[in-house]
Amino acid sequence: MAEKKKGGLKELSPITIYKNLPKTNCKDCGQDNCMAFATKIVNREIDLDTCKPLLKPEYTKSYTILKDLLKPAVKEITLGTGDKAKKIGGKLVMYRHEFTYKNPTAIAIDVTDEMPEHEIIRRVQKTENFSYEYIGNTLKLDLIAVRSTSDDADKFKACVKKVSETTQLPLILVTLNPAIAEAGLMIIPKSRPLIYAATTTNWKDMAELAIMYDAPLVASAPNDLNALVSLAKTLQDYGVKDIVLDPGTFANDGLADTLNNFTMLRRAATKGGDELAGLPLLGVPMVAWANKGDMADDLVKWRESYIASMLITRFADIIILHNNDGWSLLPTVVLRQNIYTDPRKPVAVAPGLKVFGTPDENSPVMFTSNFALTYYTVASDIESSKTNAYLIVVDAEGAAIDSGVAGRKLTAEKIADAIKASGIENKVKHRKIISPGKASRISGEIEELSGWKVLVGPRDSSEIPKYIVDKWQP
Amino acid sequence: MISTTHHDTDKKTDNGCLQLSDEILSALAKFQQIELEDFELDAKELEILFTPSMVAQILPKLKLPTTPTAGSKPSSLLSTNFQLPIEKYPNKISAVKLGATKSEGGTRGKTFTIGGELSPAFYTFENTIPHKPIVTLDVFDMEVPLSKAVKMHVKDVIGDPAAWAKLAVEKFGADMVTMHLISVDPLLKDATPKDACQTIEKVLQAVDVPLIIGGCGDPVKDTALFEEVCEQFPGERFLISSVTLDMEVERCAKFIKKAGNAVLAFTPMDLNFARELNRRLYDNLAHEDIIMDLTTAALGYGLDYAFTNMERARIAGLMGDQELAHPMSSGTTNAWAAREAWLKMTADWEPRELRGPLWEVTTALTLLLAGVDLFMMMHPAAVKTLKDVTNYLTSGKKADPAKFADWVKVKA
Repeated sequence: MAEKKKGGLKELSPITIYKNLPKTNCKDCGQDNCMAFATKIVNREIDLDTCKPLLKPEYTKSYTILKDLLKPAVKEITLGTGDKAKKIGGKLVMYRHEFTYKNPTAIAIDVTDEMPEHEIIRRVQKTENFSYEYIGNTLKLDLIAVRSTSDDADKFKACVKKVSETTQLPLILVTLNPAIAEAGLMIIPKSRPLIYAATTTNWKDMAELAIMYDAPLVASAPNDLNALVSLAKTLQDYGVKDIVLDPGTFANDGLADTLNNFTMLRRAATKGGDELAGLPLLGVPMVAWANKGDMADDLVKWRESYIASMLITRFADIIILHNNDGWSLLPTVVLRQNIYTDPRKPVAVAPGLKVFGTPDENSPVMFTSNFALTYYTVASDIESSKTNAYLIVVDAEGAAIDSGVAGRKLTAEKIADAIKASGIENKVKHRKIISPGKASRISGEIEELSGWKVLVGPRDSSEIPKYIVDKWQP
Repeated sequence: MISTTHHDTDKKTDNGCLQLSDEILSALAKFQQIELEDFELDAKELEILFTPSMVAQILPKLKLPTTPTAGSKPSSLLSTNFQLPIEKYPNKISAVKLGATKSEGGTRGKTFTIGGELSPAFYTFENTIPHKPIVTLDVFDMEVPLSKAVKMHVKDVIGDPAAWAKLAVEKFGADMVTMHLISVDPLLKDATPKDACQTIEKVLQAVDVPLIIGGCGDPVKDTALFEEVCEQFPGERFLISSVTLDMEVERCAKFIKKAGNAVLAFTPMDLNFARELNRRLYDNLAHEDIIMDLTTAALGYGLDYAFTNMERARIAGLMGDQELAHPMSSGTTNAWAAREAWLKMTADWEPRELRGPLWEVTTALTLLLAGVDLFMMMHPAAVKTLKDVTNYLTSGKKADPAKFADWVKVKA
């Protein structure tokens, strides 16, 4: 596979950056010197504009060179304005092991201009209030897609007005009719909604609207990449600044073409430096709702959800969904969080003794693995119940409980050693330790090696508080 | 057209050049022509200097007016071709056959071959998929903790592995069955390898698909179990699941080879361990006998590591790292270790009967896109979707662009 990359991370060395810096070593950026700043720049840990001298007119040339060197393979585009504006694209690489993906896939939920007003408000509020706490992150939804199913300018205006009064989330105006799009834009002329969409037939009118309202515009050419890049090129030359590509999303038999199109566009952008392919990609999992026939709604929701997940894995920068049920959105938002985490971050937390609340000499003692996800889950369950307890975090080489026991990363020896090293023997009078239910297999060995009595606790940490109330006796 | 009312030359810089303000530059980019009204400039000699960087800033948006500005906007659709980004890879993934028919020395009615890929997962714009990924359903030889959503489908057959296997194949569409012989675990029932072989015999009678033989996780007991299995059932081309670095790898490889079986090489999320284990297996086994299990973590509980590990392994294999150029298996059942798969949550997130299997299928499809060839799964609905999607992705049928825009106006 070609490693030729635009703004490629591998070829970009701190020296290349350093050469173009003012070399004042002024420390205004917070770094010790310009070389340290250059290293941070290469790792994308600091913004170029933090270098104040570089912004002076005499460094315009260097600034431009640096900007070009650092230009992402996929252009970054901002949708909406203000606090809830959403950035999409900005990707540097194709695969997440090459570098952390930037700007998690933005998720839009739709409303239509033929829904009753209370339904519109309810859907918008549900989208805005969607929230799931997951290992220290709040998972949220990002945009509202307003579709014109009526093709009636007044109805669309009323709907856009209602939505924009209800939420600060950025909007996507969905209609292929430029007159309808314009009606919507007139309601929110300064909000920079994403306009969906310019096609090979309506492109000129849509381009005029995008320029007049300074709004980003989707170029849509279903399953035809030649038409898509032609359209993008035309819009660009016409003067449209921010363009999003829609190669079409197809359920069922069309899935193969869908994945191929997303993959080819992203590879052309990241490995081939193709600037027309280097624009954010839009996926529309809600195609599951068109042509659904007599399929049960739950099955359509299921299908929409898995298409969304596949597109998140395969490079979509923004997706539009119809269903807003929690059960089907949860896998999607958790997957997005997973795919967009920093692959360099350690999976493990530091082993040792953790104290919850104000435990005393009779308080329960538990152990768990140092796998970050296991630890945070257990810790949040103990914390939220306000239980006073000690938790010994055992170095299981970052494995979860069950795979740690099965793969012998979490062994009785390690647990016995961790109990000793923790100093817990001086903190409690009793000698009882609660084991995760999934480590029950090795409880006998732990008792032999540590001399502590092992109480086999629940298989899931959500039941720890109840277990302690019901069963704990020092 | 815009108007400005600048009366000054405040942007004049030290060297006497006129700096165009950001507003004017962006206006230039947008409108391509600016008329300055009420504009006075006090200068003896006016020279508008475009530094190369300024030109570079403007150029992408603005054709400098060598031709009339109106003409620089295209009036009809331009035509440009998308360059297909096709790559060539020096290596391909080995293909592994599982199961053996009567004429091949076994007793199975059907066999499967997996692997053989020439490109990353489903890059079908580059190469077709030589062998479809397949699904094996878990069957246990004793009672195990199962989540409610799964248990409701198998509760009548728990404790009867033959009936469970039959249900998995005939009702749930499993391509293969994984017989987990956990009763041999010294910490559970400590059943003998001979007892376990009787279970296998029953399952072989009940279904005609290839089998995966799963151990209990104890390295010593599993070695004894697998040795007995290989002696009693030569020629069946079982997949022995699994051999790990803390077992007697060479001894296992020998008896597996002698019986003509294939091996699942299991390592905990580290490609260096995977390479090491494969190297040790190569002394006795061929590349065509080895499938890798690089460890599957659940969606929300480390799936990102599993995904990236597998994607890297597949790309490395194609790029010539022979030690990683093996088909991959995933213990997708691990998806149920995520509490979101089974936990009763508040009404907003229910029903869990749908959330759970969707959790499993999301885990499976993510890893499908990393290159997994063999899925060990649990829930019938998740199995059905995985099979549907692999069928869609390998059908060779095209998307119908005429239908796409329907979503814009659909009244769902």
